[in-house]
Amino acid sequence: MQTSLSAHALRKMAHVLAITLFTVALAFPFYWMVVTSFKQNVDLYTMENNPFVFNARPTLDHLTFLFTHTRFVRWLGNTTFVGVVVVSVTLLFALPAAYSLARLSGRWGERVGIGIFLTYLVPPTLLFIPLSRVIAYLGLQDSLWALILVYPSFTVPFSIWLLMGFFKAIPRELEDAAMVDGLTRFGAFVKMVIPISTSGILTVVIFTFTLVTQEFVYALTFLSSEANQMIGTGIPIFLVRGDVYYWGGLMAACLIASLPIALLYNLFLDRFIAGFTVGAVK
Amino acid sequence: MGAAQSPALGAVMLAPAVLYILLLVAGPFLLAIFYAFSDARIGNTELHFVGLENFRSILQSPSFRIAVRNSFVFTIGSQIVVIIVSSILAIVLEKPFRGRGVIRFLVLLPWVAPIALGAIGWKWILDSIYSVISWVLVALHLYKPFSAPMWLGEPHLAIASVLLVHSWRLIPFSTVILLAGRTAIPKDIPEAAAVDGAGFWRTEFLILLPMMMPIISVAVLFGTIFTFTDMTVVYILTAGGPFDSTQVLPSLAFTVGIQGSDLAAGAAISLSLVPLLVIVAYLMLRVAHRAEVT
Repeated sequence: MQTSLSAHALRKMAHVLAITLFTVALAFPFYWMVVTSFKQNVDLYTMENNPFVFNARPTLDHLTFLFTHTRFVRWLGNTTFVGVVVVSVTLLFALPAAYSLARLSGRWGERVGIGIFLTYLVPPTLLFIPLSRVIAYLGLQDSLWALILVYPSFTVPFSIWLLMGFFKAIPRELEDAAMVDGLTRFGAFVKMVIPISTSGILTVVIFTFTLVTQEFVYALTFLSSEANQMIGTGIPIFLVRGDVYYWGGLMAACLIASLPIALLYNLFLDRFIAGFTVGAVK
Repeated sequence: MGAAQSPALGAVMLAPAVLYILLLVAGPFLLAIFYAFSDARIGNTELHFVGLENFRSILQSPSFRIAVRNSFVFTIGSQIVVIIVSSILAIVLEKPFRGRGVIRFLVLLPWVAPIALGAIGWKWILDSIYSVISWVLVALHLYKPFSAPMWLGEPHLAIASVLLVHSWRLIPFSTVILLAGRTAIPKDIPEAAAVDGAGFWRTEFLILLPMMMPIISVAVLFGTIFTFTDMTVVYILTAGGPFDSTQVLPSLAFTVGIQGSDLAAGAAISLSLVPLLVIVAYLMLRVAHRAEVT
């Protein structure tokens, strides 16, 4: 009895230890952003200071600087604008396509569905060079519209994939009943299926929006002027003057831009994971 | 079949999405192949067919060889770290405990926050002068003041740093996938094993691990793609330096093709990602197919 009890206590300790260790290691950079954001420069840049504590009074200077002397707010606005437009475009393309694949096409639909899923594996780093010429040809260099044109190429495939799962879960009888009541098939899709799929649509909205905020390569390639940046490119490129890093402001910017995205994504995470693991989990 | 299929309507509803994807994925892909066999440069109006010349010249360039090596080192190295750590994390996070929601959020941060911003956080942590890691090492008297290593300034340490950040980023993703896999295993299986006298290690390695193989492959395959095709981590941490020692294929393609205006060579470099992508896609289809059959 004695040994089994201590073995139990030991396992419990190992459990707590493992959780603490990994959580600290994974979250540390974000903790570090918080600490850095509120430290005075004299505190940050004195090597003798213990970096884990505030050696001088905490300050809001970096935040003030960020919001009044940089284009940070503008980048937040740009990102939101591109995000909202891309979400709308994505829904417009993905909703009918997913319904078609879930309901209106048989065996060949399955193949097209797999083909669409595979395009999700084609990375931006494979396409950005030719796309940069296409964007130049269309006269969209340094324009947010370049991103609005290109981003759906990776948000649509995954959204179709997610929505297909939702549509397949809707009982067919619902649409049959609606069609018996005189609606056309398309009418049933618009008036029946879309309204009862709000949770699936919301998932796609959040997923698309977070993908837009996380994208880096296309934004880096297509955009050039300071006013037109997204958060992911503006912060690392334009908050650095010459070779000088303003770490306080940089960390504050990273933190403010990351947290809302992380919170949103976290809420819907289980559904995205369901999209990644189709088939492999029963 | 209850709801009669309507192929015509189905095609009409599917066509816009398929056309969009063809235009913006298949189109540029073909254009990349076309560039790779030409002498395209930004600013050039005339194109000439040059055969395999671009591939020959990139194969001879030392920075391409380093980039290929690094791409594999970062991908394989980080996947090994990720699978080990996320397997442990999935085990310790599976059972409910107080504060699990908060812990889950903190553990997920590296994956859900934009990687460009997470990488800047690391750039500050690994700073050449004010690195907190160096401060700790000096405080522990492992290094004298001002003599701590330059994490991003020495080739080997820079490679290790990039590998660390890639692993850090993908551990949460892999953990949630493995967690989903564990919760899908019927509870009576580990319970029956316990009744039969199997301990923790036997249950984990001999019973659960084989059942988890399909889901582990999904995590590894996605992780491979995410790491192999990523240029953000390298671009922000080291910009490929010092002396091209951390350059990977995507970042080299950017340096040569966009910054250096040599579209043809850049396209050839990014096309060298394709063989591995094809293998991963094939394996993914096999995993999905097997899971459907069983």
